[in-house]
Amino acid sequence: MELKSNAPTGPIEQSWEKHKFDLKLINPANKRKYNIIVVGSGLAGGAAAASLGELGYNVHCFCFQDSPRRAHSIAAQGGINAAKNYHNDGDSVYRLFYDTVKGGDFRAREANVYRLAQVSVNIIDQCVAQGVPFAREYGGLLDNRSFGGAQVSRTFYARGQTGQQLLLGAYQALERQIGLGSVKMHPRSEMLDLIVVNGQARGIVTRSLYDGKVEVRMGDAVVLASGGYGNVFYLSTNAKGCNATAIWRAYKRGALFANPCFTQIHPTCIPVAGDYQSKLTLMSESLRNDGRIWVPKKAGDKRPPASIPEEQRDYYLERRYPSFGNLVPRDIASRAAKAECDAGRGVGETGLGVYLDFAESIERLGKNKIAERYGNLFEMYERITGEDPYQVPMRIYPAIHYTMGGLWVDYNLMSTIPGLFVLGEANFSDHGANRLGASALMQGLADGYFIIPYTIGNYLATAKPAKLPADVPEAKEAVANVTAITKKLFSGNGTRTVDSYHRELGKIVWDYCGMARNEAGLKKALSLIPALREDFWKNVRVLGTNEEFNQSLEKAGRVADFFELAELMCSDALDRKESCGGHFREEYQTPEGEALRDDEHYSYVAAWAYQGPNQPPSLSKEPLVFTYVKPSQRSYK
Amino acid sequence: MKLTLHVWRQKNAEDAGRLVRYEHPNVDRHMSFLEMLDVLNENLIAKGEDPISFDHDCREGICGMCGFMINGKAHGGFKGTTVCQLHMRHFKDGDEIYLEPWRARAFPVIKDLAVDRGSFDRIIAAGGFISAPTGSAPDGNAILVKKQEADLAMDAAACIGCGACVAACPNAAAALFVGAKISHLGHLPQGQVERDRRALSMVQQMNVEAFANCTNIGECEAACPKEIKLEVIARSNRDYIKAAFVERPESAVGGAG
Repeated sequence: MELKSNAPTGPIEQSWEKHKFDLKLINPANKRKYNIIVVGSGLAGGAAAASLGELGYNVHCFCFQDSPRRAHSIAAQGGINAAKNYHNDGDSVYRLFYDTVKGGDFRAREANVYRLAQVSVNIIDQCVAQGVPFAREYGGLLDNRSFGGAQVSRTFYARGQTGQQLLLGAYQALERQIGLGSVKMHPRSEMLDLIVVNGQARGIVTRSLYDGKVEVRMGDAVVLASGGYGNVFYLSTNAKGCNATAIWRAYKRGALFANPCFTQIHPTCIPVAGDYQSKLTLMSESLRNDGRIWVPKKAGDKRPPASIPEEQRDYYLERRYPSFGNLVPRDIASRAAKAECDAGRGVGETGLGVYLDFAESIERLGKNKIAERYGNLFEMYERITGEDPYQVPMRIYPAIHYTMGGLWVDYNLMSTIPGLFVLGEANFSDHGANRLGASALMQGLADGYFIIPYTIGNYLATAKPAKLPADVPEAKEAVANVTAITKKLFSGNGTRTVDSYHRELGKIVWDYCGMARNEAGLKKALSLIPALREDFWKNVRVLGTNEEFNQSLEKAGRVADFFELAELMCSDALDRKESCGGHFREEYQTPEGEALRDDEHYSYVAAWAYQGPNQPPSLSKEPLVFTYVKPSQRSYK
Repeated sequence: MKLTLHVWRQKNAEDAGRLVRYEHPNVDRHMSFLEMLDVLNENLIAKGEDPISFDHDCREGICGMCGFMINGKAHGGFKGTTVCQLHMRHFKDGDEIYLEPWRARAFPVIKDLAVDRGSFDRIIAAGGFISAPTGSAPDGNAILVKKQEADLAMDAAACIGCGACVAACPNAAAALFVGAKISHLGHLPQGQVERDRRALSMVQQMNVEAFANCTNIGECEAACPKEIKLEVIARSNRDYIKAAFVERPESAVGGAG
């Protein structure tokens, strides 16, 4: 399939302005005649549903949580980037664009990234107007901090709860539209299939999590903003409910899945404690501003940190990357931590951890200043580990945090199925092979507030979707498909729980398609996963019925999709014979152990098309052209 | 360690519900409370028994999805801690623990420990916002906000909407939840224009949802996992009383044009 990005040509600085002017409009009186379905209510989905409602469209918004305010965007801690240059430190739209393309290891589409950097400044304005309580300086101006992968201070924040506050801003805007009647909210509803009629996305099939009722919702366009798929690893920093079902079922209806192997490992998470562990907790990357990362120089040194004298400590990031130090991008910091632990210098009971030490900052700035910046994070750390980070260094280890891959979209954020738009983490668009810190919030809100309101109108004005009844054969077929999957999930007659399968799957993907990958491991994963999947369908035990509040059934459906997605991730990782960003193939590295890209052969977006059950997916490539930021080996030394 | 749990089991909203006793023989002190329940559920499923339903999502204490009563206290009663962040090191071998859902008329039980908190959303929809349609905002630094006010707004904005305040209140009042939102927006210059209207509409919706009135008992503050201060209620009462006097009905004539 030929993938047309529809990115405008001409000078990149003007391309979004020009494109917006070229997009067709819908007259205000006609907007209310269009029904738009939004799946997900996080920063991207919540912002989109609110903004589309404000424009006058008739919006139906769905989320699986009990309230749109609980979407996982809420857990983002550190901040949101914007090229405001309020600090007079040399920031600009171009620099944010440059940093993002470079940080993504030259695997993102330039035009999209430039637009993201441009609208970043509007996002801050919008959020301030909504009442997001960003941190302020004494003069009343907005405060900024620096963040991993950047040498300027462009990150806006609200204590360590930036995601929460931005989401509450979008949620309140959304609730305002719900109160006004332009948006109808459907909480505790899970999208289980996409309805495609005459090649256009025309509706979804949902299951109510209250009582299992399966319903058809027809519309003129469908917007998926259902988040990422990090939970394929079982242990991740994602919320327990995060899942890939909406995008996966859209993939099975013909939407292409791009760069599934691009997953991000976050360097600063609390290490795993035991087998029962259900999730991993992130400690904001902002901690790296004032914390110094180190391990003992001697392997197997089990002394408590306070007994290890300064000269026997290795501040390995400061040593290896003197100019960025502890602020190197996430992929680099993660791999460096893994290398130290693999060499036996890891700390803590399991040896899978490194120290993040605040002693020097506390001495320099005082405990109060550190408490003001990170107080809630320190408390959270103490609650979980029982250790006080004001007294002893934190122990951290990398964990799965974000997925750069997702459904393929063009410049208008439309997938390969006309009328199906994909926003936020659910799409693949802006972060290439590695996302910079504080950029996920930026992208989610950019897509929801400032891009989809323009591009969806153009689609509706040009495609002119016809009115359809809810009983078209395609809708009936989709309902039958959903019912059949549910029935099959109940038919397993073994004793294993859904969680036990999920845990085993997660371990396979982490071991062979995690921080480091190689051909033999990926091939092994590709034989283990289908075997485990087969066993799952035969032996999984799901109790109860469909017609009730049934959390095991919800999980089972999601895990069934993770099995298939895990296979696609491994196939993609095997196919990409280079290292870039979060995708580190051990066979392809520089003598210093850095990622070795192969621009000659792999400067493309790998977009996979579903070919039916047990058929290998087919690969289409969108070549990436870099006109402005010339690909180079990323150096943070 | 070994624990005995008495868990509220209720099939659906219509079912009367009852406490059921479970022995939990293998609890690790490093587990979180919800992980302890995960393990119990795994054992129940293996025995072919219906696992216990409870709401949860982020397990980092920020989404507000989890929450139930532990021994009569919301989230277990540990300072600034949601149940997902509560670890078993706070319990000891042989403890008997009682788990019940939030109990309030405005939070009907869905199943076991899971309740419906849609009433909170409807209160926000009634007025818990600043009307700022996308695209209409001036430059972020055009609005100066005193640092102290921004900090107070943030203190109140930290509310996660979990409902512990309602569950802990003998009246099942939502005053802390409502007060937190009124304080968050009321401390900011952007929130002044709609301040009167906001107080009136949110309080009115709170009454519609069958939350009772606040009688200044203070259980909510003690139970709040985000340590929202009781003063937000005083503030929202002030705003409400003032608004009741000064807010004028909308003009029926409408705008020019």
